[in-house]
Amino acid sequence: MILPSSVEECVKTLASRGAVAKTVAGGTDLLPQMKNGVVKPAVVIDLSGIAAMRGVAAANGAGLRIGACATARELELNADVLRRYTALADGAALVGSVQVRNLATVGGNLCNAAPSADMAPPLMALEAEAVIASSRGERRVPLATFFQGVRRTVLATDELLVAIVVPAPAPGSGGSYIRHTPRRELDIAVVGVASQVTVQNGRCVKARIALASVAPTPVHATAAERALEGQTLTPERIEEAAGLAVEAAKPISDQRGSAEFRRHLVRVLTRRTLTSALARASA
Amino acid sequence: MPKQILSFNVNGDKVDVLVPPYLTLLDALRDEVELTGPKEGCGTGDCGACTVHLDGKPVASCLVLALQARGRSVRTIEGLGTSTTLHPLQDAFVRHGVPQCGFCIPGVLMAAAALLEEHPAPSQEQIRYGIAGNLCRCTGYTKMVAAIEEAAGMMKQGGSAR
Repeated sequence: MILPSSVEECVKTLASRGAVAKTVAGGTDLLPQMKNGVVKPAVVIDLSGIAAMRGVAAANGAGLRIGACATARELELNADVLRRYTALADGAALVGSVQVRNLATVGGNLCNAAPSADMAPPLMALEAEAVIASSRGERRVPLATFFQGVRRTVLATDELLVAIVVPAPAPGSGGSYIRHTPRRELDIAVVGVASQVTVQNGRCVKARIALASVAPTPVHATAAERALEGQTLTPERIEEAAGLAVEAAKPISDQRGSAEFRRHLVRVLTRRTLTSALARASA
Repeated sequence: MPKQILSFNVNGDKVDVLVPPYLTLLDALRDEVELTGPKEGCGTGDCGACTVHLDGKPVASCLVLALQARGRSVRTIEGLGTSTTLHPLQDAFVRHGVPQCGFCIPGVLMAAAALLEEHPAPSQEQIRYGIAGNLCRCTGYTKMVAAIEEAAGMMKQGGSAR
């Protein structure tokens, strides 16, 4: 195990050994994968010594800079997140159990790239960007294009997700994330939906909707977003958008739910999250 | 794989052990530090039987690599009370007859202790949420909730639960 103390040191190690290494933050996804032999890294790089990757801070200008090693529990309890980035607070609070949330990090949730990751749709709805470092320099990738497939991201083997930058929502914004699970705790989303809306002078000026567990990656429901923008968010408009959101879903049938059930859930949860986001926007 | 030194604090004592890099904190505590209170149920963070406090926060020790605990403080059930002076939670668990098979109890008590540190007077809902990461297959949850509620009341009065 290697314990770098800075991002520079870590990316230097990744440049030479990235192909056979795995970075570990909270370990809540990696350890079960190592235990059942899905991944067999020759080197494990522990990120817990890198201070620059921890914590949640106001970003330069406006918004939040969330260190990739910030835990789900930190986000769930962070006053800023609870006040202005409510969809993210909702998603973070649903990860695992408290014992898992004290370990699990936002960076790990994103890099593990499970289609069901609970923090991905809220961050996509908030138009977050991934800050990625390597020995070649730093680049930023919108989360909407960060995911490439089941357990695949744009990260090259020599790259490290350092932070997530979330722009500050405009005044009159609200967001919500709701998932469906058979059990309330310690379960994986059959479907999850995040909605983020901005309402000014009675009209929706921006709407972002992202879906989990209905495609190989989390996806935006762009047709539904477009149908809401410029409109007054009446129950009828919301219902119409919920129907359009179903078009973005390309679900599979598996032991957790059939494709038909998942499409039904997309409609229901889009309606519920939009209604909740609207209420929070007006609060 | 060569072993590495793990220096950390366990239940208030400084401990140094040699561990292989793939060893979990749970296995290090049980096999190297010889504290068998934390249990392995699932090994995947789903059951909570391995719950310990890491720097004061409840974590699933089966999901932590032992070397990640370098320089940090760990508290296990062995550090919650002593055999002569039980922690108010332990005392309430005994009087309510909470343990049936007992396997989940160390983890439940550590989750409950963390809950009461954060919420000294929790609602029933908060108690249920606080131990939601702990599975009891004897299904003794009702008594657990009652015992935790009572222990919270006792601790608030500044006394032991008796």
